[in-house]
Amino acid sequence: MNDVAIIGGGMTVFQRRLKETGKELSYLATKMALEEAGITKKDIDMVVMGSAPDAFDGIHQKGENLLDGAAGAGKPYVRVFNGGGTGVFAPIAGWWHVASGVADIALVVCEEKMGNCYPHPQTAFRHIWDPILDRPLSPNLVWLFAMEMNRYMTKYNIKKEDIARVAVKNKRNAVGHPCAQLPDENITIEDVLNSEMMAWPVQRLDISPPSDGASALIFCSKDKVRQFTDDPVWVDGVGWNIDSTMWTNRDLSFPRYVANAARMAYKMAGIHNPRKEIDFAEPYDPFDYKELHHMEGLLLCNKGEAPILTREGVTERDGNMPMCPSGGLLGVGNPIAATMGQKICELYWQLAGKAGKRQIPTDPMVGVGQAWGDIMQMATVAVLRRG
Amino acid sequence: MSRKVCVIGIGHTDFNSITPDVEWKELMYEACQKAYVDAGVDPRKDVDSFITCAEDYLEGFSIFDEFVPDQIGAVLRPCCTVCGDGLYGLGTAYMQIKTGLMDVVSIESHSKISDLLTMGDILLHAFDPVFERPVMGPVERPRYGGSPEYTKEAPKPLVGSTKEKQRVHPYFLAGMEMQNYLRTTDTTEEECAEVVVKNKMNAFFNPMADYEAKISVDNVMGSEYLFTPLKKLDISPNVDGAITFVLADEKTARDLGVDPIYLSGFGWSSETPWLSTREMFADYASRSSQMAYKMAGITSPKKQIDIVEVDDRFSYKELQHLEAIGMARPGEAGQMLMEGELARDGALPTNMSGGSLGIGNCFEATGMQKALEIITQLRGHAAKRQVPDAEVGLAQAWRGIPSGSGAVTIFERGGA
Amino acid sequence: MAEKIEGSPGYAPGTRVSTKDIVENKITYTWWEPEVQYSWSLGQAMSKFLTGLKKGKILGRTCIKCDRVLVPPRMFCEYCYGPTDAWIELKDTGTIETYSISYLDSDARRIKKPILIGVISIDGASPQHGFMHYFGEMSEKDIHIGMRVKAVWKSPKDREGAITDIKYFKPLEGGEKK
Repeated sequence: MNDVAIIGGGMTVFQRRLKETGKELSYLATKMALEEAGITKKDIDMVVMGSAPDAFDGIHQKGENLLDGAAGAGKPYVRVFNGGGTGVFAPIAGWWHVASGVADIALVVCEEKMGNCYPHPQTAFRHIWDPILDRPLSPNLVWLFAMEMNRYMTKYNIKKEDIARVAVKNKRNAVGHPCAQLPDENITIEDVLNSEMMAWPVQRLDISPPSDGASALIFCSKDKVRQFTDDPVWVDGVGWNIDSTMWTNRDLSFPRYVANAARMAYKMAGIHNPRKEIDFAEPYDPFDYKELHHMEGLLLCNKGEAPILTREGVTERDGNMPMCPSGGLLGVGNPIAATMGQKICELYWQLAGKAGKRQIPTDPMVGVGQAWGDIMQMATVAVLRRG
Repeated sequence: MSRKVCVIGIGHTDFNSITPDVEWKELMYEACQKAYVDAGVDPRKDVDSFITCAEDYLEGFSIFDEFVPDQIGAVLRPCCTVCGDGLYGLGTAYMQIKTGLMDVVSIESHSKISDLLTMGDILLHAFDPVFERPVMGPVERPRYGGSPEYTKEAPKPLVGSTKEKQRVHPYFLAGMEMQNYLRTTDTTEEECAEVVVKNKMNAFFNPMADYEAKISVDNVMGSEYLFTPLKKLDISPNVDGAITFVLADEKTARDLGVDPIYLSGFGWSSETPWLSTREMFADYASRSSQMAYKMAGITSPKKQIDIVEVDDRFSYKELQHLEAIGMARPGEAGQMLMEGELARDGALPTNMSGGSLGIGNCFEATGMQKALEIITQLRGHAAKRQVPDAEVGLAQAWRGIPSGSGAVTIFERGGA
Repeated sequence: MAEKIEGSPGYAPGTRVSTKDIVENKITYTWWEPEVQYSWSLGQAMSKFLTGLKKGKILGRTCIKCDRVLVPPRMFCEYCYGPTDAWIELKDTGTIETYSISYLDSDARRIKKPILIGVISIDGASPQHGFMHYFGEMSEKDIHIGMRVKAVWKSPKDREGAITDIKYFKPLEGGEKK
């Protein structure tokens, strides 16, 4: 297995609607990553595209349509996809392109253009449901998460205000992020609890917004990395795992598939005690309860303990175990696959000491990023290490 | 790079123009279970990673990946979707095994195209929405000229209704490309028709084929022009079916007691998505074959490769692809065909399976169908269509209209 | 070119567009509505299950090896990967595993009268085996996890072999114990 380092990242503005097309967004993110790495398109051996449902962009085979923006024309180019998990899965695919020795330098681009979908991105989400059992009931995507959140709250007796704290923390964390869609330094728990009820227990401010955006990362083999940097950030562990399609046959209170993916990544990274050995994390937070759910899934605390740690301030940027120092999806926005920007680009920038105003003060060495997708069943995890 | 990757199991369903008796899950289950039995592995214990190759719109889901794990044995295991032809899945598995992280990987791809009632419009949906689609049919805009933000009023077309709209069928693009190919290479329509005759004849000897036929060049030439110069019989008809491969590193294969077929090279490449600037010479096939030859250490493909399966979803594509992968000079493939070189006893047996023209267009499973034939031939299990002494085979596929992407894999029997 | 910022990302490219910009036609856009129609084959398991619903029955499938009763039924068990064994008729009663009170329809439009929706584990199936459905004849205050419920069926002549042959689940008379 070849060691793999990250040498550059890029990220566009995240916004409900951006004027640029998907190709143009891919181009902008790619250009930034190339600049940061100090390389050009011709140095790239292969390209991986990460993008979630085609129905958002309104293009069948959308990977093909986006490829020129992502520097893929004339190159080996492949698109991987596992719903919301794509934001961390595409960089995992970037990792194996290099770790296998097939490529020396691989570019990973993640793009989402949800604003294209009419009348609302939710309309595309209608087709993630089982066509026989679920779709005749005219479901809304939020139902899934409301039902999972309810199960989680009931099982561990969690108060809504402890969940709302996550939204507050992440929207405040996003204040230093130039790409952020919903940063808010003055938001309070009351604001979240008083926001519009969508599908109980989920309220408007519990949800990350749909967005347009793109992000990019460049992966480099150990043999070449010294040409570009003396201080590389390494991909130490990767893991991914899927649970059964039959979500109505599963206990939704604990994401066992996240735990499986985390164990796989930790094993590869040689991490035996994640709570001690991991300095910070970027768990996937499309809804505020998901950050808590995923902290537990990532084995960073006991089941039902994440809300307590959050209340105690452990997960703040200056706490013992910062969670979503980027501002996460709740603060920066949720262009599904492009959230690689908060989950993996952020790990890289934090570990490289490049996070500017968002920099964690405690000089982190090891971080874990995670995404979650499909019908509450897919987990993708990556561990990055400095030096 | 020391680990060698080999195919240890293959499985497939029957291929049929319709499959009303099974849902997509049951179709996939059959192919997977057959491949696991063939490889002698238990998917719940022995398979480290699972890959499916599928596109959302072809399946009718927004996230097809959700509806995959149960029937392929992947519950609570690493599993992912690659949005591409099955050969991209083989390449992905190859890389996963090369990293050392995975020892045994399963790859599934399928077509359940009979579930899709509006294939033409879905393929049209793959064209660029700004520059290309508007010239392919009337564009509707909301009458209120305004906001894509939610309003209670449903969007109304400016002209006609959704039901009445006349949009061009996306296969027009293949007609354009064929025109270009015939002109630049001095290939004739009759030569393309001969491809159809050959492949449909080959299909008689392949029990999984659904579109075998004993026809003549005159039948093809006499069939209706649909996208001039493309005629009805030049186009492969759609088919349903599923194919699964199990790949492993060499040591695991030996431990399992399997006589492995090596996946010694693969390559894949994409051309620009802009149709107006694409050269239409199947550059994707040239580039991906060059990459695969390099990886497999093949310097003289025509001499070193015994059997090929190339994408023949349109008759001319077989000839065009043979030229692109360096098996013939431009314009030469048609001649080779006429001289019998592409027949079973010729110098370069091509599409012995019957190809897409004889088996049917299996969409994202097209490459897997090609690879399946190569494996069957290299194992010596191809019965009446067996090419004697086949040692090295090549499978090539393209991602179909309107893409400019494709992949190549090379398989070898014995030491690679 | 966007303004340079300290740290990474060093600038934030992209042009924000507001709803106002669109309504006032300040940006150009194009519009396309694909013709998208599918008719999924139901396959062995779902055909039988939906035929059962048409007859007013909830059918499950057993896996002897894993000691499971699966509903919704499948022809294969996702845990042992073997074929499932036999059909079994289940009760039309069950327990609410989780639920939501939705003020959104499927296009994210706001609705006044909320939809009660949730997962019901069906009596006679393995624990936590069931499906999603609506609830009725109960208020937003009554509904709770662990509540016992019973299916309310459409009249036989209105049933068409669909999940909606059950109208909704209502509170089970006789209370909270199984």
